[in-house]
Amino acid sequence: MSTQTATVEKNASAANGDTVISIQHLSKSFGENHVLRDFSFDLKQGENAVVLGKSGSGKSVLIKCIIGLLNPDKGSINVLGQNVPELNQEELDRMRVKVGFLFQSNALYDSMTVRENLEFPLRRHWMKSTLDDVDGMVMEALENVGLSHTVDMMPAELSGGMRKRIALARTLILKPEIILYDEPTTGLDPITGKEISNLMLDVQKKYNTSAIVISHDMNCVKIVANRIVVLIDGTCYAVGNYDELKNSNDKKVKQFFE
Amino acid sequence: MKPNSFKNFLAEVGDISAFGWRFFTEGFKPRYEFGELLRQCYFIGYKSLPLVGITAFIMGLVLTIQSRPTLVEFGAEAWLPGMVSVSLVREIAPVISALICAGKIGSGIGAELGSMKVTEQIDAMEVSGTNPFKFLVVTRVMACTLMIPVLAILADIISLYGGYMGANIRGVVNWDLYWYQAFDALSFSDLLPAIVKTFFFGYAIGVVGCYKGYYSSKGTEGVGQSANSAVVVASLLVFIIDLVAVQITDIFQLT
Repeated sequence: MSTQTATVEKNASAANGDTVISIQHLSKSFGENHVLRDFSFDLKQGENAVVLGKSGSGKSVLIKCIIGLLNPDKGSINVLGQNVPELNQEELDRMRVKVGFLFQSNALYDSMTVRENLEFPLRRHWMKSTLDDVDGMVMEALENVGLSHTVDMMPAELSGGMRKRIALARTLILKPEIILYDEPTTGLDPITGKEISNLMLDVQKKYNTSAIVISHDMNCVKIVANRIVVLIDGTCYAVGNYDELKNSNDKKVKQFFE
Repeated sequence: MKPNSFKNFLAEVGDISAFGWRFFTEGFKPRYEFGELLRQCYFIGYKSLPLVGITAFIMGLVLTIQSRPTLVEFGAEAWLPGMVSVSLVREIAPVISALICAGKIGSGIGAELGSMKVTEQIDAMEVSGTNPFKFLVVTRVMACTLMIPVLAILADIISLYGGYMGANIRGVVNWDLYWYQAFDALSFSDLLPAIVKTFFFGYAIGVVGCYKGYYSSKGTEGVGQSANSAVVVASLLVFIIDLVAVQITDIFQLT
């Protein structure tokens, strides 16, 4: 899929208006280090929002707060109608089934084969009746990322790009409504990075998912972003689409596009 | 010890205790991870058997060879099987098995969970809505608690066989006579406390190994530290539990 075609198609399938994640006045500090300060942002249904920021600017902290891995100091995070900091463990686990998370390091389980990696979340969440077709669901998820031949391989036998695809397949297998991508193309060569970006776009189209993408890879941002949030000094510094921000006169914003 | 390091030590003791208690509060609620429990029993029990077996055999052999001259001096050579069996069953086989396991299993669990922590695999389990404590910690602690007593019983038998070999190097002891004398010297009150304490050894090794790995930090350096401190703390706990166990058996007149 060419970048241009991808951009046209992604705009066609972009946001339809309902808010799926609403972050209001979010603050998070680690000791004296104030990572997020009064950060507010809404993610619409079917939208890919990219959070752009320098390393250490709090991008990963933001999505870890959204998924409940970190507790914010202040503010509310409303995901699919539930305020995450107020959820108990059981409610949090149910919410997490609807929100996929792709780790920067892929976080594939080393001691398990690709099949076991994909079955792991499936066997722990789906009803017994649907578990009859676990094999079918695993193969479907692998076919979606074009790696059905790796089903019985160990993660250590796969290349970086393949591991990223398998991690994406594992994220998709529970059919989440929202996906949080943590630097999905970091550490990959430009060609593989582009393939992963196009795959993210295919996922958005096929499953009508909404996504927050943490990235500073501008090639990836250009392909996947419906909207870009620039995170500077822990605040939502600027919001706009790729072209708007690229043509911005603000120095701090412009430096990301140079 | 500086006040701060003493405070940190107490805080860590508290954290490990809370972590160990969590095993009971979460471990007996569904969902049960039987598949993973069996896999861990295989790795912790079966895979440790050769090492524990060889060590137990050597301990039995050496103890018998070294005890023999003293007994010969007092003309009490016939007591050799009985003396050796009491020493091995009450103390040496359980403690040596536990120490071997503290080294092999404690470091293994500490390093495995530590590397899972730093490569975000534990976080990945959590965000997929699975309780990683149940899958990783409960299964390993349970497997240690169940398998170390089994290893200790096998170590008892193998070390007694080592004792038989040792007794026959300088002297001649008939197979039937050796075992008769070995078991004649043993009573139920020798065997029971020795086996009961191995459950506590196993639990302590599992909890410490898991705790150190589960809260590992600082990248690969942290993984090394987790594995190392898991062995040190687990080995120390084995001796402390042994000390407490001997006091309890003494109170109940089981010595």
